[in-house]
Amino acid sequence: MSLLSTHRLTAFYGDFQALFGIDFSLAAGEVVAIIGANGAGKSTFLRTVAGLNRAPRDAVVFDGQPIGGLAPSTIVKLGLALVPEGRRLFPSLTVEENLLIGANPGRAGPWNLASVCRLFPILKERRRSAATALSGGQQQMVAIARALMSNPRVLLCDELSLGLAPLVIRDIYATLPKVREHGAAIVIVEQDIGQAMRVADRVYCLQEGRVSLTGQPQELTRAQVSSAYFGV
Amino acid sequence: MITLLDTLVQGLLLGGLYTLTALGLSLAFGVMRLVNVAHGDFMVLGAYFALVIMQTLGLHPLLSLLIVLPGMAVAGYLAQRFVLDRTLGRDILPPLLVTFGFSIIVQSALLEVFSADSRRLDAGDLVTASFNVFGDFYVGWFPLLITVLAVAMVAAMQWLFARTRIGRAFRAVSDDQEIAQLMGIDHKHVFALALAVASACVGLAGVLFGMSTTFDPAIGPAHLIYAFEAVIIGGMGSFWGTFVGGVLLGTMQAIGFRVDPGWGVLFGHAAFLLVLLFRPSGLFPRTRDQ
Repeated sequence: MSLLSTHRLTAFYGDFQALFGIDFSLAAGEVVAIIGANGAGKSTFLRTVAGLNRAPRDAVVFDGQPIGGLAPSTIVKLGLALVPEGRRLFPSLTVEENLLIGANPGRAGPWNLASVCRLFPILKERRRSAATALSGGQQQMVAIARALMSNPRVLLCDELSLGLAPLVIRDIYATLPKVREHGAAIVIVEQDIGQAMRVADRVYCLQEGRVSLTGQPQELTRAQVSSAYFGV
Repeated sequence: MITLLDTLVQGLLLGGLYTLTALGLSLAFGVMRLVNVAHGDFMVLGAYFALVIMQTLGLHPLLSLLIVLPGMAVAGYLAQRFVLDRTLGRDILPPLLVTFGFSIIVQSALLEVFSADSRRLDAGDLVTASFNVFGDFYVGWFPLLITVLAVAMVAAMQWLFARTRIGRAFRAVSDDQEIAQLMGIDHKHVFALALAVASACVGLAGVLFGMSTTFDPAIGPAHLIYAFEAVIIGGMGSFWGTFVGGVLLGTMQAIGFRVDPGWGVLFGHAAFLLVLLFRPSGLFPRTRDQ
């Protein structure tokens, strides 16, 4: 049974329709990647699941419970946390305060200040710094750790590699297996197809708000992915 | 020399009252980017609230604070939650218009209930008592109390924001309302709490103001201007900046009054204009805009 699923999920920005009936599923402990070109609807999908865009009630189901239309502050307390695109740390807060506020939902679990600092040791060193004084890669670590502090059952990661150097991306992705070991299923939105295909158990490709391809990375050919990605 | 010292001290003490008046405005803007045009009228409302409590329960005005402060806090919470929350967004005009509406409603209601007669909260000898510092130099106990309270309130607000969980939530919601929701924060509740605290602050200012001098339903807008000036001189979103702004404003007014009784307010406005010209973001700005 799916831990997280969407059924004919639609999303709108005003009159503009961004998602056209997305069917998606994620099992417990799984890593699923969503790839697609710019404007394909990947981030919109994550934002809608996290509650930032309004969804029909039964279009998003988490652990058997329909969560469409719930407030984001309620959804995160149920166990769905989003690492937003562009990090979006709180500039008025220090690194430590950003992490502490991530624990606000009050869910029990393996992640706390000490354990996230073990995952990303730099966070302990820089805990008193203003969050936005860190490098891009370090800010991404803070953003991931902040989401983990809510002890999510599903971690939604939006464009982790955006604007980061390849070595930094490698280091960040190296931590995801540890997150998975501690019980979280992961959804990764990526424009870096290679990175996504390396870490994921399954892949969805979106094109213009629709699912154009889905399957296991090892079963998909380069031509299939290219066709689904670019629509040619 | 005594005259100069007296002028500066009176300015400092006047600044204490301006600080208390402005603190709530600084808080509301810092957290919600809300410019509350009814802020001065809320101060007057606090004074009238205390008057009613004094008349019905026979309490001293300072004791009336035990009812005024929570009462004003509840009123602020409800106003934000059920009215102002619908107006907050990218456009600053709707909240301005709605709070302007609040201003009209509060003034009209107070006029209807209490008439235009000036009132004062009778605090007995406390308001006129003074102590001798040296020679012919005396300082009033009550203005000193107000200034000490102002410093304490600023320190308390600073502590609330910097050291408490709710303060973290205030700052997070102020920085990025959308992402704050992803942290499990009910931003509407946080905004309402912010206005509750701001309303309690302005209620305190109203009671102390009502003890210091006479008040009537129409004086709110004038004190809104002083509160704005204190906040802007000090810098948006900075509580200690608001204190500095209030003291600077009070001191300039005191100097102006000393030069000519008709020039006090003018000197204060001149100081405000100078700050706007040379440092438009204020002396200690803290608020960031995305």
